[in-house]
Amino acid sequence: MTAEGVQPPAPAAQESGGRLAIADLEVRFGARRVVSMADLRLDHAEIIGLAGESGSGKSMTTLAILGLAHTVGATVTGSITLDGLELVGLGSDRLRAIRGRRIAAIFQSPSTAFSPVYKVGSVFVRALRLHGAGKSEAEDRAAEAMRQVLLSPDLMRRYPSQLSGGQLQRVAIAVAVALRAEILLADEATSALDVTVQAEVLDLLRGLRESIGMSILFISHDLAVVAELCDRVAVMRSGVIVEQGLTGEVLSAPADAYTIELLASVPKLAGAP
Amino acid sequence: MTAESEVPVASATAGESEIAVTGEASTAPPLLAITDLTVQFGPVLAVNGVSLDVPAGPFGLGLVGESGSGKSTIGRAILRLVRAAGGTITFDSKDVGSLHGAALKAYRRDAQIVFQDPDNSLDPRMRIGATITEALRAHDIVPREGAATRVGELLTEAGLEPAFAERYPHQLSGGQRQRVAIARAMSVQPRLLVLDEPTSALDVRTQAHILKLIDRLRAERKLSYLLITHNLGVVSELCEQTAVLYLGKIAEIGRTDLLLSRPAHPYTQALRSAVPEVDVAGRRSRIVLPGDPPDAASPPAGCVFHPRCPLAIDRCRTEVPQLREAAPGRRVSCHRAEEVLAGTVSQ
Repeated sequence: MTAEGVQPPAPAAQESGGRLAIADLEVRFGARRVVSMADLRLDHAEIIGLAGESGSGKSMTTLAILGLAHTVGATVTGSITLDGLELVGLGSDRLRAIRGRRIAAIFQSPSTAFSPVYKVGSVFVRALRLHGAGKSEAEDRAAEAMRQVLLSPDLMRRYPSQLSGGQLQRVAIAVAVALRAEILLADEATSALDVTVQAEVLDLLRGLRESIGMSILFISHDLAVVAELCDRVAVMRSGVIVEQGLTGEVLSAPADAYTIELLASVPKLAGAP
Repeated sequence: MTAESEVPVASATAGESEIAVTGEASTAPPLLAITDLTVQFGPVLAVNGVSLDVPAGPFGLGLVGESGSGKSTIGRAILRLVRAAGGTITFDSKDVGSLHGAALKAYRRDAQIVFQDPDNSLDPRMRIGATITEALRAHDIVPREGAATRVGELLTEAGLEPAFAERYPHQLSGGQRQRVAIARAMSVQPRLLVLDEPTSALDVRTQAHILKLIDRLRAERKLSYLLITHNLGVVSELCEQTAVLYLGKIAEIGRTDLLLSRPAHPYTQALRSAVPEVDVAGRRSRIVLPGDPPDAASPPAGCVFHPRCPLAIDRCRTEVPQLREAAPGRRVSCHRAEEVLAGTVSQ
């Protein structure tokens, strides 16, 4: 009955891709610079936490990686490479083939990823077909991915409102799995979930890293969740990474005053060691 | 803030100390007494026979539970924002359900509520000063001429500059707006505050500041509050006593520090074990609950937790466990609570 019990069935091994390298990234709204990231690297099958409060630029970083920053009026300069391929300035057709397919994203509120008037399965299958799968192949892969995230494929016949928040977030992850995404951007993906459900989703993410070598950029304001999940952590403030390193080292011996303050703000739990 | 350092958790006398803080040992009647409260929404029993006491302040009672546990509904029922289907709520020994006229108005002053999202409780077209003045004037707390001064004092008490009175809600940050919501609630000098997820929408540093503010008000104003939250860290910091709710019922209630360090209900154990902690090395192993919470419209027979409980035995499937004292000052609705506390069964 411990966490080890939850492991998705082993799927086909994925190649060792999923390396993301960010260098000298700047995101601006006109003259206002909201992100200035000198260096952040995500290795194959690695989970990196991007920690910070609202306004720290972590969600704008997500949009920049997805090539969507311009949709909110921001401009992006610098370099974001996926296995050596430069994404900044890439044409929209090529970006569309990468976004969702190779780099998937899940957000705080999974219901926004599903249209309320379509059954979950229809959104799911359409995502696969947009990326080139035939109809029956798409249905098979969707069902298989649902099982991989420990959900019954029957849930695909339901509407989003008939699923719990935790189930819906799992379906969103299943879409990424079915598309064989190499990189998952998880932007406050467990922040709205109940604590027991959050723990299950964290198990699932860990399992996907083990089983299919998924690389995960886990964006969160919650240092405790980052501590549980992430190999490394980068702490962001006002668009700048103030500190990064191995999670255990940064959180047990923070060097930056802001990290120290964030850690001190986490409510102390009775019965904690 | 907690008594953790004073009472070694594993000590044999810990049980005795549990009583002192609960207020049960004192003969004074509780400020708020909820007895067998039931709230029904259509076929769903959102609150199913809950009894809770809140002593006169300073005192914090935490209500924790996950979505659908009924914790917010209890808070709303106290304020008469939802109608109780059964049971009684008394404040100062007076039945809240039958209050009307001047007595009801007095109660609406004595008991205040602060919600998670201040955006929904502050009128976007009113300046902060006007919002607070409205509360002051509605209850005739100060004469019209004195209102502005009092507003300034209340804002200062809540950690804001008096000049904020001239601003509109959209000109404030989320944390500042929540301070305003607290200042307005405190403006009518309530004796009971219902705080419904007051910091859940805030960043962690802002949350820490708001928690400090609540703690200070508790001491300075001798306030009693019911703090509704899903965050066990928040009740650890602010509540002497905590009730854990599952599917509209109390699973367990007792002194916060002891309840969290030595849970007696298997659900509390699982909940506690699922909380992420910065200090990963010292974590206890996590208990994974199978399945999802059951449909509240058709709760399972016997113990409502039994379909997900790793410790369930035949008795749990048929017999509803009553909330009973399993250790001094600790009441638990689990047939196996004594075994859990003694450590003779574990998940």
